[in-house]
Amino acid sequence: MSTVEPAVATPTLEVRNLQTSFFLRSGLARAVDGVSFTVGRGKVMGLVGESGSGKSITGFSIIGLVDPPGRVHGGEILFNGRDLTKLSETEMRRLRGNRIAMILQDPMMTLNPVLRIDTQMIETVQAHDRVSKSDARSRARDALGMVGIPSPEERLSSYPHQFSGGMRQRVAIAIAMLHRPDLIIADEPTTALDVTIQSQILAEVQKLAREFGTAVIWITHDLSVVAGLADDVAVMYAGRIVESGTVDDVLDRPRHPYTRGLIGSIPSRITQGERRLHQIPGMAPSLLALPKGCAFRARCPRAAAVCETPPEISVPAPGRTLRCFRPYDVELVS
Amino acid sequence: MTSWLLRRLMQALMVVTVVSMIVFAGVNVIGDPVEILISPEATQIEREQIITRLGLDQPIWKQYLAFVGNALQGNLGNSFVYNEPALDLVFSRLPATLELAFCAMLLGSLIGIPLGLFCGLYPDSKLSRLIMAGSILGFSLPTFWVGIIFIIVFSVHFGWLPSGGRGETVEFLGTRWSFLTLDGLQHLILPAINLALFKISMILRLTRAGTRETLSMDFIKFARAKGLKPRRIIGVHLMKSIMIPIVTVVGLEFGSVIAFAVVTESIFAWPGMGKLIIDSIYVLDRPVIVAYLIMIAVLFVVINLLVDVLYATLDPRVRVGGAA
Repeated sequence: MSTVEPAVATPTLEVRNLQTSFFLRSGLARAVDGVSFTVGRGKVMGLVGESGSGKSITGFSIIGLVDPPGRVHGGEILFNGRDLTKLSETEMRRLRGNRIAMILQDPMMTLNPVLRIDTQMIETVQAHDRVSKSDARSRARDALGMVGIPSPEERLSSYPHQFSGGMRQRVAIAIAMLHRPDLIIADEPTTALDVTIQSQILAEVQKLAREFGTAVIWITHDLSVVAGLADDVAVMYAGRIVESGTVDDVLDRPRHPYTRGLIGSIPSRITQGERRLHQIPGMAPSLLALPKGCAFRARCPRAAAVCETPPEISVPAPGRTLRCFRPYDVELVS
Repeated sequence: MTSWLLRRLMQALMVVTVVSMIVFAGVNVIGDPVEILISPEATQIEREQIITRLGLDQPIWKQYLAFVGNALQGNLGNSFVYNEPALDLVFSRLPATLELAFCAMLLGSLIGIPLGLFCGLYPDSKLSRLIMAGSILGFSLPTFWVGIIFIIVFSVHFGWLPSGGRGETVEFLGTRWSFLTLDGLQHLILPAINLALFKISMILRLTRAGTRETLSMDFIKFARAKGLKPRRIIGVHLMKSIMIPIVTVVGLEFGSVIAFAVVTESIFAWPGMGKLIIDSIYVLDRPVIVAYLIMIAVLFVVINLLVDVLYATLDPRVRVGGAA
C-alpha cells in the first residue's frame, strides 16, 4: 500500500521555520526556534534530543496543544497543504484525534483512571463521527484487536488500572488509530516501558504506519529506537534542529559534534568493558540564558571563535541539513 | 463485598464501644450533677435517697456496666432534668438539626463546587481572584459573629427574615419539617447560610485545587488530543476525577455540621440537638450528654461507611473484590 505513492504528492506534514516560545515573567524562552522539516505519507521521522531540547514542544505545537504562557508565534505548519497555525480552535479540535493523533509518554497517566476503556474509546469515535454508540463500540473493539490486545470485547469493559503498562500504551495507540489519522505524533511512547515491550510497540506502530500510510513523528531521546524505526531523523538541540537527514545517513555519517556525542553515548556490545562510555560534558543550557552563537558551543569539543556567531543551516548533501561551522568530515568516520 | 462490610461493621462497633467508655468516664469527671439537681434545703437523707436512685453511689465501672446493659436494650437512661428517656429526647431534636445540616451542605456544594470549578479553570481572571479573596472571609469570620450580623442586618434592620425558631412546620414521614412551608423556609434561610458559609469556602478551595491539579494531568492532555469538546473534558474527565476527594470531605463535613451546629442553633434559637446539648451541659444532665455523644459517634461511623461505599462507585481502583 505504501508503495503506491504519487510522484509529486504534497507531504503529509511540512513544518517551516516554526517558532514557539514561552512568554514568562523572567523572559522569553524560545522553546522551538526556527524548526523546519517534512514528513511524507507513511514515513516515520525521529525527532531526537535531550530533555528540554524542544522536541516535545514541537509535537505539541503541531497538534495545537501548547498551553499559555507558551504560544506558536511564527512559521507555518502545513498539514496536507493547510496551514494549521491559521486555523481556529474549533477547526483544530476537529482535526485532533481525527486526522492528527497523539500518543503520550507515560501510559499509566494517559488514560483517565476513573473511566472505562470503552467510554474513553467511544467518546473519541463520537467526537468526530456521527455514529451510534454500538457502532462506535464495535469500532473500538476492532481497534483494540488491531493493536494486538487479546479478547478485546471483554477488555473494553475494563478500567485502565486493570491493564499492564505495555497494554495501556497499546490502548492509547488503538485510540490514536480509531480515525485512521494521517499523522501520529508519538511523544516518547516507549520510554516508560520495558525493553521487550518497547520493541513490540515499535513493531506495532511501524506496521500500522505502513498499512495505513500514516505519517509518524517519533519523539525520543533514544537514538537506538530511531535507528530501528525511523526513515528520517532530526536532531534537536536548544530549540533548533542541528542535523537532519535519512536515518542511515545521519547515524552512519554524523557530522554535527552533538549528534556524534549522542551516538557515542549509546552503550553497545563493542563499548562494553573495552572503553568507558562516552559522555557529552556539561548540561543542556537554560532556554532563558542561551549562549550567544551556537548553543552547543560550551560543550563542543570542536568549538572555535567562529562559533560565537549563530550558525546558519547548510545543506551539505541532498536531503541532509546541518547547522555547524566546524562539522566533522565525512571521511573521518570509519 | 459482604466480608468487607462485615469487617467494617465490626470496626464500627468497636469505635462506638470505645467512644462510650471515653464519654462515660469524661462526663463523670466534669462535675457532680447532685449539686445542681438537689435543692440546697434538702436533708442529708433526701440527698442519699436521690444519689442511690440515680445510681451515683456505685463505683464508676459498675455504673458503666449497668449503662451498657441498659444501652443494649435501647435504654440510655432518663434525663435528670426532663425525666424522659434521654435517647427519645435526642431523637426528637434530630430532625431539626438534620434539616439544617442538610440545607447547609446542599448550599455548600451547590455554590462551592461551581465556583471552585470556575476558579480552577480561570485562575488568573479578576473574578476568580475576587472569589478566592471572599473565600478567605468565609474561612476566617467566626460563625457566631456572622450569625449575629445576619440577624442585625436581615431581621432587625430590613425586617426581611425572622431571627429565630423553626417557624411553621408540617408533618412528613412521621416528623415535623420546616422546609415544606414558606414560613419554615424563611426561618431556615439565615441559619443555613450561616452554617454553610464555612463549608462553601472549604468546598470551593478543594474544588479549585482539584481542578488545577487535574488539568495538568496527562489524561486531560490526551483527552484534548483526542479532539473531545471542552464540555466533555470538563464535565466527564475532570469532574469525575475531582469528585472523589470532594465526596469524602462533603460526607465527613456533613457529620461535623450535625455535631457542631451548636453555635448556629444557639444564635438562631433553632431547636435542634446542638441547643439541647448546650442546655444539658449547663445542668450536667449526664444521660442526655452521653446519649447525644454516642448518637454523634454512631452518625459519624455511618457517614464514613456511606462515603466508603460511594468512594468505591466513583473510583474503580478502590472497588473491593473487583477483578484485578
